[in-house]
Amino acid sequence: MRSRYEFVKTEAALVWRLFKADAEHQRKRIALTVLAIAWGTLSIVMLLSFGEGLKRAFHRSKRGLGENIAVLWPGATTRAFAGLPSGRSISFRDEDADLLRERIPEIAALSREYAKRIGVTHGTKTVNARVRGVDPSFGPIRHLFPQPGGRFIDALDIADKRRVIFLGDELATDLFGDQAVVGRSVQINQSSFLVVGVMQPKTMMGMYSGPDKGQAAIPASTFRAMFTDAKVANFVYKPGNAAVADQAKAEVYRLLGRKYHFDPEDARALSIWDTREDQRIVDNIGIGIQMFLGFIGALTLFVGGMGVANIMYAVVKERTREIGVKMALGAKLRQVMTPFVMEALLMTVIGGVLGTCVSLALMAGIAALPLKGEAFDLLGRPTFSPGVAIATASILGSIGTLAGYFPARRAAGVNPAVSLRYE
Amino acid sequence: MIQMKQIRKIYSTGKVEVEALRGIDLEVGSNEYLAIVGPSGSGKSTLMNIIGCLDTPSSGEYVLSGERVAGLDRNRLAEIRNKHIGFVFQNFNLLPYATALENVELPLLFGGVGARERRERAQAMLDKVGLGDRLEHKPTELSGGQMQRVAIARALVNRPAILLADEPTGNLDSAAGQAIVSLFAELFASGQTIVLITHDSGIAKLAERVVQVRDGLIVEDRRQAA
Repeated sequence: MRSRYEFVKTEAALVWRLFKADAEHQRKRIALTVLAIAWGTLSIVMLLSFGEGLKRAFHRSKRGLGENIAVLWPGATTRAFAGLPSGRSISFRDEDADLLRERIPEIAALSREYAKRIGVTHGTKTVNARVRGVDPSFGPIRHLFPQPGGRFIDALDIADKRRVIFLGDELATDLFGDQAVVGRSVQINQSSFLVVGVMQPKTMMGMYSGPDKGQAAIPASTFRAMFTDAKVANFVYKPGNAAVADQAKAEVYRLLGRKYHFDPEDARALSIWDTREDQRIVDNIGIGIQMFLGFIGALTLFVGGMGVANIMYAVVKERTREIGVKMALGAKLRQVMTPFVMEALLMTVIGGVLGTCVSLALMAGIAALPLKGEAFDLLGRPTFSPGVAIATASILGSIGTLAGYFPARRAAGVNPAVSLRYE
Repeated sequence: MIQMKQIRKIYSTGKVEVEALRGIDLEVGSNEYLAIVGPSGSGKSTLMNIIGCLDTPSSGEYVLSGERVAGLDRNRLAEIRNKHIGFVFQNFNLLPYATALENVELPLLFGGVGARERRERAQAMLDKVGLGDRLEHKPTELSGGQMQRVAIARALVNRPAILLADEPTGNLDSAAGQAIVSLFAELFASGQTIVLITHDSGIAKLAERVVQVRDGLIVEDRRQAA
């Protein structure tokens, strides 16, 4: 092993000199090839970085709904059960929330969600908005985080049925413009509500009943007191961890099935949106897009690799006699091949470093541009990550090695007896 | 050193078969100075390639320094060349981009010798051929005679059993050629086995034994007083 290292180290010095000699000799050809590699690297780095940015944007927006959560709606039975016919609608009652919380330990947090579309008024301005009645846990479950200086609905609000309201950021702007909002009040149904918080802006990909930014939240108890005939629209819950999510789901069916007399196997009696599924799909789409982009980039780079291989074939032909001399002096096949692979890698690395530098500069340029809007949120932020760097380096490395390997194999095939006579 | 029995070499180019060697028997002992002579096309180059393990015979038996050469793979042959054979060529065959010292270090590099020892041995060998002051010169900065000395230093640096020289003075003017011939005589005097391939009878005269090759056969094998 030591002697192998010695060999590579000494050869590296010679290869560098050889490369300089070759560069002198066929300057244009090598310059073009290095440029082709740089261009290939540029495309692969840019495409992978766009993919990475897209993946991260996906990740950010899918978190807008909440992470690993489930939404539970009542459905209708499709099977007769316990003497009851099929086609019977199920509806939830308020106390189901406590039942589910107490009896299903796999559920870490759960909130009721009542909802009504109703006018929310400030001064002369009225916005017809969806107002929800929720529990304090709704905020953390659904990622409704308050901007600094505000808060979400809390336990005391519920206990005292306070008339407090938490506004979506867009709704707050629609009602109040640029003014400070917390501590002001709005009217709903001729009752005055104190604004306790405004939501931090967020992007959402998956959603039900519209984006959170245009909605308002009040305590569930207050909602029930105001609208006495209201029924729970749905529950949202978060399992203790992703591993118990399926178990929690089964328990919900079992428990509510017993209470409302439906077959726990009757999937349509309830409707549960398990967002894990969507997150997996979105993750896979992200990875798929990145692989696709990487593949296109790799193809571009491959063309550059062909250029390198081409030069190396020419170099092998030019150095046939030298290969013969080395063989006569006792070079083993590996020792004949190594310098050619090294020279090809050297060309590839020079092009790769060049291409990477240009892409980093380009990305810095894009980052400095004032791009706004949803499309740019998704596409306008190419991100150079360690993953992108590793992928690029390994693709470059394998292309360089291959581009050197095949010409080197031809070199190893040289017959020393013949090549020494080669004039 | 060298034991050859019924060595044949047949080249086939398409349909035509050419029998370059037609049954060579040759023994070379330790510390001999042997010249192989013959006109071009006689098969002497083929013989040299086989002695140097650059090529393998089509049939026959070849034992070099106690090792049977037939049937060995290319890497093993490379090792044998590295250890037992030192080549000197008519056109020097130095690597043009490497210094004299690096050229001489090459066989040691392929043999897996460490950097420091490589440098010391290469330097000592260049001193011995009178080029101790040209270590860092590239071949293009040296005269023909000097290049051939570098090549001889390179051939000898791994202490080979046989120095195999193919027309070593062919590309040199007579003065430089004479100097190389004297160097060979010195090496022989100090115990080196030398096999010289030449068509120059003047050079061959200096060897201790002359083998004539014609039409793929040894036609004469005579010893002469040096």
